[in-house]
Amino acid sequence: MASGIKDKVAILGMGCSKFGERWDKNADDLIVEGFQEAVADAGIERDQIDAAWFSTAIEEMHVGKSGVPLAEALGLDYIPVTRVENYCASGTEAFRGAVYAVASGAADIALAAGVEKLKDTGYGGLPQRGRGTLNNMFWANSSAPGNFALLASAYQEKHGIPAENIKRAMAQISVKSHENGAKNPKAHLQKEITIDKALNAPMIADPIGLFDCCGVSDGSACAIVTTPEIARSMGKSDLVSVKALQLAVSNGTEQSHNSWDGSYFMTTRKAAARAYKEAGIEKPRDEISMFECHDCFSITELVTMEDLYLSEEGQAWRDVLDGFYNSDGQIPCQIDGGLKCFGHPIGASGLRMLYEMYSQILGRADARQLDNPRFGLTHNLGGAPHRNVASISIVGKYDG
Amino acid sequence: MSGIVAYGAYVPRLRLNRAAAVEANAWFNAGLKGLAKGERSMCNWDEDSLTMAVEASRDCLGGDVPGDLKTLAFASTTLPFEDRQNAGILATALNVDENVVTGDVAATQRAGTSGLISALKATNAEGGTSLFVAADKRRTKSGSTQELLFGDGAAALLLGSDNVIAEYVGSHQLAVDFIDHYRGANEEFDYNWEERWIRDEGYFKIVPRALEGLFSEVDVTPDQIDHFVMPSVMGAVPSKIAKMAGINTDAVRSNLHAEMGESGTAHALVMLVDVLQEAKPGETILVVGWGQGADAVVFRTTDALAKLSAREGVKGYLARRREETNYNKFLSFNELVTKEHGLRGELDKQTALTSLYRNKEMITAFMGGKCSKCGTIQFPKANVCVNPNCREFHTQEDHPFANAKATIMNWTADNLTYSLDPPSHFGIVTFEEGGRLLADMTDVDKGTLEVGMQMRMVFRVKEHDPQRGFTKYFWKAAPVQKAAA
Repeated sequence: MASGIKDKVAILGMGCSKFGERWDKNADDLIVEGFQEAVADAGIERDQIDAAWFSTAIEEMHVGKSGVPLAEALGLDYIPVTRVENYCASGTEAFRGAVYAVASGAADIALAAGVEKLKDTGYGGLPQRGRGTLNNMFWANSSAPGNFALLASAYQEKHGIPAENIKRAMAQISVKSHENGAKNPKAHLQKEITIDKALNAPMIADPIGLFDCCGVSDGSACAIVTTPEIARSMGKSDLVSVKALQLAVSNGTEQSHNSWDGSYFMTTRKAAARAYKEAGIEKPRDEISMFECHDCFSITELVTMEDLYLSEEGQAWRDVLDGFYNSDGQIPCQIDGGLKCFGHPIGASGLRMLYEMYSQILGRADARQLDNPRFGLTHNLGGAPHRNVASISIVGKYDG
Repeated sequence: MSGIVAYGAYVPRLRLNRAAAVEANAWFNAGLKGLAKGERSMCNWDEDSLTMAVEASRDCLGGDVPGDLKTLAFASTTLPFEDRQNAGILATALNVDENVVTGDVAATQRAGTSGLISALKATNAEGGTSLFVAADKRRTKSGSTQELLFGDGAAALLLGSDNVIAEYVGSHQLAVDFIDHYRGANEEFDYNWEERWIRDEGYFKIVPRALEGLFSEVDVTPDQIDHFVMPSVMGAVPSKIAKMAGINTDAVRSNLHAEMGESGTAHALVMLVDVLQEAKPGETILVVGWGQGADAVVFRTTDALAKLSAREGVKGYLARRREETNYNKFLSFNELVTKEHGLRGELDKQTALTSLYRNKEMITAFMGGKCSKCGTIQFPKANVCVNPNCREFHTQEDHPFANAKATIMNWTADNLTYSLDPPSHFGIVTFEEGGRLLADMTDVDKGTLEVGMQMRMVFRVKEHDPQRGFTKYFWKAAPVQKAAA
């Protein structure tokens, strides 16, 4: 039995660029913006980094393949740089690589950096791209919101919840994220919205309206990690350590086998169960202080609250409408605005989620600061409900 | 005795209201006003002659390809490929064994009847069964009379010697290079000559000669004809010809102008199927085909006709209809206007022919897999069984999905993804015997989908690659629609 990652690795520093429509910036500009904040926070020199992991998902839109774009952007000194991609969960993959390198002892200090420059397409929404020669011949003609919208009809059917209640909970999810995002100077969208505005927005993919969709943004984020011992030796007292790091990947069951009903994420449930075990968390609803979930669309957030075992099955919509996940609720969710308002530069998103959890635990979240959070969870998902990857990380104060 | 063993047909669900088309064009051509009645069948954006041929064939075969099928011929003047055998795609889609003679019949409106007569003669001589299919989707210029007179449709006939429902009595064919219209190579549209000349010098002089030839060769007299099938967009012509030939004018069949318009090479067969759906045993049917000459062929129905299993045929598909009053949609579907498709429409749509060939059973025939160990049925067929409790390697045997009953598990209407007819409807359908597919859905009216709805898989255009002139086909889920009684 593996001993797990708990408390083997600490975050030494983090950085995050301003997210948004960064018309005047290239990908390398965004990388440098996030990186310089992180090295300053870590209190290290660039050349103290032993190895780096670099996440981009739609690389054909901007930097191209390989680790070279990161090494070039930062002028790294011929250290190992690995480019990773795992759909929209790519950012957490970079983090996993860096954390595992430190935990193994192969590196003392490792960098995880993610970037995405999406706003060079000429149109709104995610870039269109080929899906593979065979897949192109039989996959449905779907957009990302369309794929995730499928959750709604299946969820409604399973739990017998009226469509209006689901739609209203979805709207409240977005209202809450806009409230939070309005307090975040780095967020892409910083304006509050009303529930009526969300409910009456143009339909993108039934029942997902415009305000049920996250921002499509340019941005970067990065983390510098080391062991708690090295961090202490560098004079760091308050440490945030990794408590759990899990990933689950669809294997064709949801897509092709009739055992999955389409109303939830098999991957998230499996990764969540493993993560809680790794972190030693038994009652997530009581123990998790805050979380960032992969709210690419409000319906994703709704079902994920159940898949993370925070809401009872079929009850997340009530928790949402009761304010359970609001900034002043029991488990604040998307306290930084989430993908919805902070934005979703794909390769950076998983690291952006960690950036907020890290900032909150260290008490640096300014207007958004929560009262003494203990465990922060990030849920970073990519793909579509029937075929996806879900990664979960849990970070918290290092008590060692 | 050989002849027709089974029939099938297909008429697209959409019917363009002629009055709507006339209203849009009357400012330009006031002469169209007389044609403002009834409706014409029109293909959905994802239908063409090939997809209609597949549906007509499925209607004819009822899911089972006869083991003794020797030939498969496909007649059309609007074949989707100029050089890639279209009958070969049809054969693959129908999951026909590769040991079959396939061929396209083209280049004249008479291809439907001429091809049928050839197939009947071959079946007579060689035995076995033969599938003959005709389909047409003719593009016409906006504001033309042809736009209002034509319709899209297909018919399929299974020919053979056992359980014959309509015996082949005889035929006569006449070749006359009479050019009522033509379409030059690489031309988009027909060029038409004056109707009065076509009527007087063409129909009235050429068809009677074909009938004369026929009646001199077969043991049937004109007054014995119970059903006279003769497509003509000039409605009064068949009655006049019947009179000239001594055929009872009561036997003249409707050209289905009010319901669907004239479906080109398919139309004589469409009208024949329409007859077979109501004919009684022992009736005599005369079918005339027209185009650079004329064909005349006689059938006599048998007692087996009454025992033929239920099918949609022309009547069923005519009843499965939705009126379309948006003329602009008709223009768009037929690429008669330059539409703004947006940047999302620019995605490269190249097909890797190597990959299509490797996967042709999966993509064209909709073949999935069945685990020989645990019995799990899945699509696509894979190296590993998808049953979480099995996951065995290399146990998958071919399992056809085309005729599997499908039910909607979830769905959405996507306005964002590029579609020629937004919103794009799709969702997971589960199949009765097992397996599922995240499927495109077609022939869907906005706001009508529901979880649990029964669907039927249909062979449709997946997308066009305008850069390379290639059309991709795959299977989609369409609502099962009970035809009106």
